[in-house]
Amino acid sequence: MIPRNQWYVAGYGREVGRELFSRTICGESILFWRTRAGEVTAMSDRCVHRRFPLSEAPTRLVDDQVVCGYHGFTYGADGRCTAVPGQTRVPRTARLTSYPVAERDSFVWVWIGDPERADTTRIPTAPWLDSPGYTTVSGMEPLRARFGLLVDNLLDLSHETYLHGGYIGTPEVASTPITTEVDEEAGVIYVSRHMDDAECPPFYARSTGLSGRITRWQDIEYTPPCLYTLHSRIAPVGVLPNADGSDPDAFHVEVVYAITPETEHSTHDFWAVARDFALDDQAVSDFLAEQNRTVVLQDVAALDVLETVLAAEPAGYQELSINIDTGGLAARRLLKRLAERDTPVAAV
Amino acid sequence: MTARAEAEPMLTGKHVYRVHWVLGTDRLRGVCHCAAAREFDDPVELWTWLLAHPEGPPAHQPTNGNGSTR
Repeated sequence: MIPRNQWYVAGYGREVGRELFSRTICGESILFWRTRAGEVTAMSDRCVHRRFPLSEAPTRLVDDQVVCGYHGFTYGADGRCTAVPGQTRVPRTARLTSYPVAERDSFVWVWIGDPERADTTRIPTAPWLDSPGYTTVSGMEPLRARFGLLVDNLLDLSHETYLHGGYIGTPEVASTPITTEVDEEAGVIYVSRHMDDAECPPFYARSTGLSGRITRWQDIEYTPPCLYTLHSRIAPVGVLPNADGSDPDAFHVEVVYAITPETEHSTHDFWAVARDFALDDQAVSDFLAEQNRTVVLQDVAALDVLETVLAAEPAGYQELSINIDTGGLAARRLLKRLAERDTPVAAV
Repeated sequence: MTARAEAEPMLTGKHVYRVHWVLGTDRLRGVCHCAAAREFDDPVELWTWLLAHPEGPPAHQPTNGNGSTR
């Protein structure tokens, strides 16, 4: 079940401009465009008249108004209809559902739920993506699986050893114990895996230039339902942060995912890799982008298959959880609580 | 029980639940924000106990390292 009354990443700011852009978020088809002043606006992608998708040509943007390409219904940036064909009276109810939006850290966030409850201070942050101290590569891959499967996947990185061997997986990931912390009030889950002496996988060996064994820290910070950050620290074996917290001899990579349900059984898998080294090295950017996209597509292939299998299983199918699943189980519980808290009264 | 080498806390809220994978074992040690602690073999049973604590079923004593998982 998809939690409502939540902020979700709808896209990157670069995707929304003066062209009409549509994306389905939590089962709702939403039209995005940018006003002449540069503000992102979001409204239903269905004309109130005959439900024509406003993202489809020949619908067009004229100044700050959307003109439906079917019969000419015209809407302002607030979704209100300003003109209809052949008559001067605009029906009072002629208004597109509009959605609260906010731009943060290169993402466009959209509020799915009661607009009165949209509070932009609750949007979790990923400042690295938009920081001059980091260089970021990013993308999005469509996933034909329910978003909970991606949450399971990302909360348990021991799968790197098996699914992503040769890229980011090494034997130590699956064999190193984790620590899990949950703050239900703050809505955050933290999973730490600190490897003191590990093989350096190609993803980090080629990007950092480290050739020997490494200290590798993986610290996951997940703020359900949407934003996930893996704080990754790579350093030669034995190199630790200074007592004052500074850490000049390590390489830091922030691997950010935005997990946005498209429908109950499909997901937008946004990914970004921000690094604090080799900031101007395009070859490193190209390498990390290609590597991470490959890793994401390995997950997508596995989860697409898993979705097909699970969708055919009878309800209440059996699973078995072990120690590596501690963080994922906590995430499931928090997501369930979020979904149940805001479940609308069932339609009859 | 020897001293446990456990990771430093990262979350700083007043009501943080922590689960440590006890080094050198296959066991999980759950620690409630009220300081009660108990070890388990099974993460599902661990969360059931931990998340019901301290308001849930009668409080368990801190584990002696051989806590029953029932």
